[in-house]
Amino acid sequence: MHINILRVKNVNFDSSYSTNLNYLQEIKFETLKTLLQLHRSANSGHIGSSLSCLDILIYLFFQEMQKEDKLVLSKGHAASALYSILFKRGDISQDTLNSYYNKNGTLLSAHPPCNGMLQGVTFGTGSLGHGLSLAIGMALANRFKKENKKENKKNNVYVILSEGDLNEGQTWEGLLFAAHHSLNNLFIIIDNNNLQGFGRSNEVLNLESLQAKLLSFNLNVVTAENGNDFDSIHSSFLSLKMDKMMDKIGPKCIIAKTTKGAGISYMENRLEWHYLPMNEEQYKQALKEIKEIKEIKEIERS
Amino acid sequence: MRKEFCETIERIAGENKEILFLTGDLGFMALEGIRDKLNERFINMGVAEQNMISVAAGLASQGLIPLCYSIAPFVVYRPLEQIRLDVCLHNMNVKIIGNGGGYGYGIMGATHHALEDLAMLSSLQNMRCFIPFCNEDVSLVVEEMLKYKGPSYLRLGFANKPKEISLPPYSALRRIDIENENENSDKKRVTVVALGPITINVLNVIADAIIKKEKLQIDLFAVSEMPIFELSTDFLESLKSSGRLMILEEHVARGGVAENLALLLMKESRFRVDFDFHSIKMKHFCAQGYQELYGDQKYHQRLNQLDPDSIAKNILLF
Repeated sequence: MHINILRVKNVNFDSSYSTNLNYLQEIKFETLKTLLQLHRSANSGHIGSSLSCLDILIYLFFQEMQKEDKLVLSKGHAASALYSILFKRGDISQDTLNSYYNKNGTLLSAHPPCNGMLQGVTFGTGSLGHGLSLAIGMALANRFKKENKKENKKNNVYVILSEGDLNEGQTWEGLLFAAHHSLNNLFIIIDNNNLQGFGRSNEVLNLESLQAKLLSFNLNVVTAENGNDFDSIHSSFLSLKMDKMMDKIGPKCIIAKTTKGAGISYMENRLEWHYLPMNEEQYKQALKEIKEIKEIKEIERS
Repeated sequence: MRKEFCETIERIAGENKEILFLTGDLGFMALEGIRDKLNERFINMGVAEQNMISVAAGLASQGLIPLCYSIAPFVVYRPLEQIRLDVCLHNMNVKIIGNGGGYGYGIMGATHHALEDLAMLSSLQNMRCFIPFCNEDVSLVVEEMLKYKGPSYLRLGFANKPKEISLPPYSALRRIDIENENENSDKKRVTVVALGPITINVLNVIADAIIKKEKLQIDLFAVSEMPIFELSTDFLESLKSSGRLMILEEHVARGGVAENLALLLMKESRFRVDFDFHSIKMKHFCAQGYQELYGDQKYHQRLNQLDPDSIAKNILLF
């Protein structure tokens, strides 16, 4: 049996990433501002969930994904992070963004819409457990599309799962299937913040030894020790791709150790920020904190 | 109907390379032909219906046409949310094939029966449910289903068409042409609406000597699709003349054919001066539910008065 254990290697980052890093940081600051402003003006919750996977989403959209690649955000409750990024990309207009959540007739519900009307969102989500299977279908289609067969093209499909998704039985059906069919164009990223709807994951439904569980399903797995840090995310992707053997044989999985509410001190690692909206004082505090982080990052870089 | 279904798919999928066949690990002594013909486009998804339906939605989003096959209850009830969200709300061209709708799997027991499948699926957005009425009808209905580029459900059963009956052109509510001997206006006339293969039970009744002696005129309509959105003039004319409507369905009353027709007839009655809904006598026979004791499909049809003998008796009493 092939042993799929991979270690994140200490690699010299490729030049394309190093050059792009400043840009990624810029985008992070901008999308963070958009995201906080969205939640403040709409008085909406799920901020913690969005902050948890924002860095992963930015990395995917602005570093990793190619034009034909696809993404499924299985944890649909992090929609505001996705909307902030799609706004930055120009897929969402300012008017549409302004209508988010608290204007009747908006396209931007608290979970990504199911109507195919939003550029960049093939499938609306919100009921947990569907995303992996949807991504599998899109990844599997690559083998049957005529134009791909002719040109020997490979489109990657990325899916972001939460612990809640991993509670659902369907996700494990999907993992079995993806490994059995060696879907080497499928990337599964687990936003592993150890908090879910009503408690800590290890207290609600223990997912411990997650890496061992996934390895036993014959997936190629790496752990990103800090899923809220671009370098850590990038190292994980490099490790998965560096191994040519791995690249050929099957689905790849990154367990991204993240922090719910990452970047905002009073939100970090706290269950209530799955639900609560910010008051004015909290919003100002959050803006101040992200500005400070930006300045620190700039000093680090210079 | 499964044999005819397989032959049809082998023929169509041979030409249309976008068709993929997914099965929930069922099809022994049935799907081997499709498997051999479609090669890698035939995928055994394992006993994992939720994953099967969502994967199918993902495939359909990329322009492919996945057919998801299993025993009717397994491919309808377990993945109902996946059908609702991933297939119907996104209007994906996914075809769900349920073998043995109603009491089709008889002695296999209640787990294998599907008595509310049409109620559940026909209430979903964009979904069209197709019900062939006999084995010979399958290819026509499958072609009709594939013409529609959206969510579909095919409910397969088993019934052989008598040779003398010709296959009517496709519509949701189809008139079955029967030679009525000595047609005259004095005869008692009954308009019978039957869901899918129950139509054949009615045809067997019509061939029966007692019915012939009574010189009844039966206008028979087969329900081949649900929901039904409109009633044909032919159907309304029959009902106006007969004043008697008998509805037969191997499905529970809630969300079934009778409820669907009742709403349409009430609307017609509202807008037509020459048609009064309240003057129509109606008899309705349907599946009463999952029973305590088990037998073959004919046994369950008898318990619910959907078998030829009960239908004959009830038509005579009408």
